[in-house]
Amino acid sequence: MSTPNSRANLAFYAVIALLVFMSVGPVLLMFINSFKLDVDIISGTSGLIFMPTIQNYEQALCDVLWYEPEHLDFCSLKFGGAFINSLIIALISTALTLVIGCMAAYALVRFRFMGRDTVSLSTLMVRMVPPAVLLVPVFGLWNNEFCLDRDGLIGGAIRDTFGGRGDVCLAGTHSGIILIYVAMNLPFVIWILQSFIVQVPRSLEEAARVDGAGPFQVFFKVVLPLIKPGLAAAAIFTFRIAWNEYLLASALSDRDTRTVPILIVNNMSEFNVEWGVIMATGMLLAIPPIIFTLLASRQIITGMTAGAVKG
Amino acid sequence: MRTAMANRLTPYMFMAPAAIIMAIALMYPLGYMVWGSFRDWNPSQTIGEAEFVGLKNYIFLWNDPNFHESLIVTLKFAFFVVTIEMVIGVGLALLLDREIRGISVLRTMFILPMMIAPVVVGLMWRYMYHPTVGTFNRFLDSIGLPRVDWLGDHALTSVIIADIWQWTPFIFILSLAALQSLPRSALEAARIDGATAWQQIIHIKLPLMMPVLIVTALLRLIDAFKVLEVILVMTEGGPGLSTEILALRISRTATEFRELGVAAAMSNYLLILLLLLTVGMFAFNRWQEARAARLNALVEEES
Repeated sequence: MSTPNSRANLAFYAVIALLVFMSVGPVLLMFINSFKLDVDIISGTSGLIFMPTIQNYEQALCDVLWYEPEHLDFCSLKFGGAFINSLIIALISTALTLVIGCMAAYALVRFRFMGRDTVSLSTLMVRMVPPAVLLVPVFGLWNNEFCLDRDGLIGGAIRDTFGGRGDVCLAGTHSGIILIYVAMNLPFVIWILQSFIVQVPRSLEEAARVDGAGPFQVFFKVVLPLIKPGLAAAAIFTFRIAWNEYLLASALSDRDTRTVPILIVNNMSEFNVEWGVIMATGMLLAIPPIIFTLLASRQIITGMTAGAVKG
Repeated sequence: MRTAMANRLTPYMFMAPAAIIMAIALMYPLGYMVWGSFRDWNPSQTIGEAEFVGLKNYIFLWNDPNFHESLIVTLKFAFFVVTIEMVIGVGLALLLDREIRGISVLRTMFILPMMIAPVVVGLMWRYMYHPTVGTFNRFLDSIGLPRVDWLGDHALTSVIIADIWQWTPFIFILSLAALQSLPRSALEAARIDGATAWQQIIHIKLPLMMPVLIVTALLRLIDAFKVLEVILVMTEGGPGLSTEILALRISRTATEFRELGVAAAMSNYLLILLLLLTVGMFAFNRWQEARAARLNALVEEES
């Protein structure tokens, strides 16, 4: 009796071990390769016997290092700057999306008002729009229409105070990219948070109302603290998209506002790929999401299930 | 009186920021795109300067063999990715549905692939598929099998495999959650009646999981049309047009061929396709709810 059972158990754990190996293996491979010299990667001294080196990371981060690595005579890869751009864009757009999305989700759940159904339906519809579809209009609008005219009121004021040409377009600025990320992520955040806000007991809010709190106070002091897990999940998903997105950022950014994914793609498309350095940059880009996953996997899974099951 | 007024305005005040941002940065651009799709428009012009050409872009695409090719590639990709991921994901969930020690650690490892940037995923797989230094061909070499030209002759398959790697865990985790929230009583009853494990799966577990499974599949399907970066990094759409999915073709038409009007028309075709899928999903949900309500009513009548 015990033999088939333990054999089944063995098979069971073997399957699990295989699955873990398959899902983590490629990441691990990249991690290891990022510490190898190109010679080692190409020559195929496979396995773990190699001299680990941080040269790849030094080369990737050469513009923010405080010392000059001796193997480098020219800093071609401006990874540090791109990393900071990515950080600014992802953090600000996550914060904005959360605040705005949270308020909208609350209104959709708790109030009956004119146009509520329309709003909630279009939120869902917009969720289906792929970023590639937004590429053309966003490129056109951000470059041509969403500009401060130099003769206009605000543009003129900027020109008079700060000098410069005075005609500023959204394209090529951090805020341009942030705006489209916020808009892109809002439907999703609203959708997820709705399912969390529904669970907040109404009586709590009414009690606060009776004690003389205004609607905004009720929202910030009663509802927000209760939906923290939902907020965490929504924050991670938003951050992930804003941090990882390539297409729209590549259309909207210029040399100074490039984000990390753009940098990686640009370096990939060249004929001769320097695997070591590319993998080091890839690893650096992957680190923040990996940290989030390790810290908050429970919230991620809750968010994922809430998002799918409460369709 | 003033508080009543304020209360009536509250929902609008809560909605306003989201509504304004989505109007400016989503709805307006979408309208702008529809408008632009009727024009012969290149990136150096503003939309006002572009010439109005009516349905020319749409007709051109309708007859364009390259567009057909890329549409077929997209549909193939979406179909295979969703089917295979559903089968593997649900299968694994059924197989592994029991008390596992350290399940939270396992789940953490499984969600790792989907949290990592698509660009990085593409990069990892491009390395592993590399004809000479890549992991797979080295492995084939070491066991004496001939090398495979992964990103050449079998590009679409290779791309599909990479996507399966990244997204099967999503389906696995969702179906495991659905499986573990099934009513225990039904399963218990079946076990007492002597149903085999296989019969339990076919007649009880799968039908009860169906609503969640269908929503999951549709979410994946819609996401499959959004995939772009992984393929861009791995193959850049090549060789030839063999992996050039629609999203990639849109971006190339806009940036390389500099034909914004055509790209906009193509985006519209893609949008219509997705809209049909979404409407299908809604209709299905409604139908499901109606059926559940009817069943409930029936049960109450009988009792």
